[in-house]
Amino acid sequence: MRRILAILLENEPGSLSRIVGLFSQRAFNIESLTVAPTEDESLSRITIATKGDDKVLEQIVKQVNKLIDVIKITDLTERSHVERELLLIKVLAMNDKSRTEVKRITDIFRGSIIDIGKQVYTIQLTGDADKLNAFLKTLAHETEIIESVRSGCVGIARGEKALRV
Amino acid sequence: MSTPLFTGAEMVVKALSALDVKYIFGYPGGSVLDIYDAIFQQNDFEHILVRHEQAATHMADGYSRATGEVGVVLATSGPGATNCVTGIATAYMDSIPMVVLAGQVATSLIGDDAFQETDIVGCSRPIVKHSFNCRRVEDIPNIIAKAFYIAKSGRPGPVVVELPKDILIPENKAKFHIETNVKMRSYNPTKKGHPKQIKKAVQAITKAKKLVIYSGGGIVLANASELLTQLVETLNAPCTNTLMGLGGLSGTHKNFIGMLGMHGSLEANKAMANADVILALGARFDDRVTNNVKKFCPNATIVHVDIDPTSISKTINAHIPVVGLVDIVLQQILDELTETQFSPDKTALEQWWQEINEWRAVDSVSYQQDDSKIKPQRVVEAMYKITKGEAYVCSDVGQHQMFAAQYYPFAKPRQWINSGGLGTMGFGLPAAMGVKLAFPDSHVICITGDGSIQMNIQELSTCLQYNLPVVIVTLNNRSLGMVRQWQDMIYGGRHSSSYMESIPDFVKLAEAYGHVGIKIDRLDELDSKLTEAFEIKNRLVFVDICVDEKEHVYPMQIKHGAVDDMWIKKGVKA
Repeated sequence: MRRILAILLENEPGSLSRIVGLFSQRAFNIESLTVAPTEDESLSRITIATKGDDKVLEQIVKQVNKLIDVIKITDLTERSHVERELLLIKVLAMNDKSRTEVKRITDIFRGSIIDIGKQVYTIQLTGDADKLNAFLKTLAHETEIIESVRSGCVGIARGEKALRV
Repeated sequence: MSTPLFTGAEMVVKALSALDVKYIFGYPGGSVLDIYDAIFQQNDFEHILVRHEQAATHMADGYSRATGEVGVVLATSGPGATNCVTGIATAYMDSIPMVVLAGQVATSLIGDDAFQETDIVGCSRPIVKHSFNCRRVEDIPNIIAKAFYIAKSGRPGPVVVELPKDILIPENKAKFHIETNVKMRSYNPTKKGHPKQIKKAVQAITKAKKLVIYSGGGIVLANASELLTQLVETLNAPCTNTLMGLGGLSGTHKNFIGMLGMHGSLEANKAMANADVILALGARFDDRVTNNVKKFCPNATIVHVDIDPTSISKTINAHIPVVGLVDIVLQQILDELTETQFSPDKTALEQWWQEINEWRAVDSVSYQQDDSKIKPQRVVEAMYKITKGEAYVCSDVGQHQMFAAQYYPFAKPRQWINSGGLGTMGFGLPAAMGVKLAFPDSHVICITGDGSIQMNIQELSTCLQYNLPVVIVTLNNRSLGMVRQWQDMIYGGRHSSSYMESIPDFVKLAEAYGHVGIKIDRLDELDSKLTEAFEIKNRLVFVDICVDEKEHVYPMQIKHGAVDDMWIKKGVKA
């Protein structure tokens, strides 16, 4: 089962490598990982999308928690939460027909075209992984995808529940 | 008057003094010469110069296992630091508190592949509890204080501190401030067990008809041996110790049913397999205990007490987990038993002990000594008699390790010192040296084999320099005994690279290093010559004993079987 883990940890050299090292050392799966400092610069927040059964997930949570510089870890998928990912994609837009079609699809998905080249459009889209996949699939029918990059997901709990020190 | 300023090197030394360090083990080199210069100018602690950094880590480790203090290592950058890796991993697997101060090239050179540069923090990342990259002179004291605190608290373990040369040199000075009362927002290990879990645990224990207490190295680390004994006696329950937990309950206690696991006693493994409740205390259901996890004790309710939540339900699912320090949790359990006015179910207990005594009667830990070659087990028994069971026994890894565990009943915790988790050959001699430093008036034995002893034999030189008269007992079978045993049992008797054709003359070798060497190859002289060896107090004695090379360690669990599927002797199943 796919899980999204949110981790709050000390923003110190080596913190990220300990997390990544742990996942490979113990043969845990990483689907995506994003990291950045929080509004309090002494802290970093990591979001990891992973897969595993309950037993594996229990070990992942415990092992991450055991790292000295980890302050908190929570499994966002346990409760109601919001999940977002950013996609930047460059597609071929050679003629009027394909330009119109790409623009139409982008609008339907509530994306935006953020750059235009002689023969290409660059599009930005946010959403959950499922929406991004659907967009990619639809675009691929219409035109040629030249390049794409995804941020990996970030997530936050709905309502009052918060991950903080 | 202005506040005095100190160099980073001086700060290292001052911090170690402030933390009451008595010994550090190390080897000098370019990046740490400033620290060595500062050590030269102080008298608060002694530096022990080893002959190889791996030995420094094992020595610090042995010192820690015997005393409970943090073992401290100092090594230079590059090869000095990487030589520590095996010792760090050894300490990590057995949860031994250790701080390794490793030199590093100057900050400006890091990443340039400079001379003697390695990323030791990176190299050691999977085998440390934590590590620090020091980058500023003024940070040194508090980073060292934190390293000690982390190494010692919670589930203990090794911590690496990397010190680049440019923050140690005389040109950079700062004010010295150390906070020995460490507080960290990201690290607050649990101490007490959750009261609800304690209640549940006690309910399970008191309802049990066939309870087994399975105790491990955590009991030794937490100095919880007396509380364990009290619990065993209150419940009149059978108790088995893991290899790491030997001495946790005295090996001569009437409720002790021997070590369990791969080379454990039949009664211990049978009791586990037939138990209705297993109380695991500071033990981690290691694969050398459980055998096939799918067949492990299917009918037992498992109560698992451990300081490390990751140990709980990692291999074997715990029905009642209790996270906490085992000494505190034991006290909580004892209090709860008193409060609930517990009295044992005598009939059930009697039946349970009757079953256990039947398994005991098989006498699974036994051997036959004929007139010809000396049996290795016979040597351990002689060692036990001569030292009245009071020696510190430091073991290397292999058959001799198992024979020592089986035939030397340890009365006290910390008396048995071995690399149980990592299984590091070469551990025994330096560990024994660390113990001898701490306890110069006690018998300290290094029990070893002709394979293991050669993995750190250079330390015989260190023994002479610091007058560390340990007794080395080598069970010499002219082969790598445990490898050979597996080859005999599993690989059709093909002794691939397990036979040593060029074993040195250990007596001459010991003499060359300035020690006493004694060779024993006849059974009728075993007791007298071994006694003689232990009577020599002020010199290291290397006893080279020629033992039967065909002897195997029994009993032994049958691969892929249940915990109690065992070979009792060659070709005899339990």
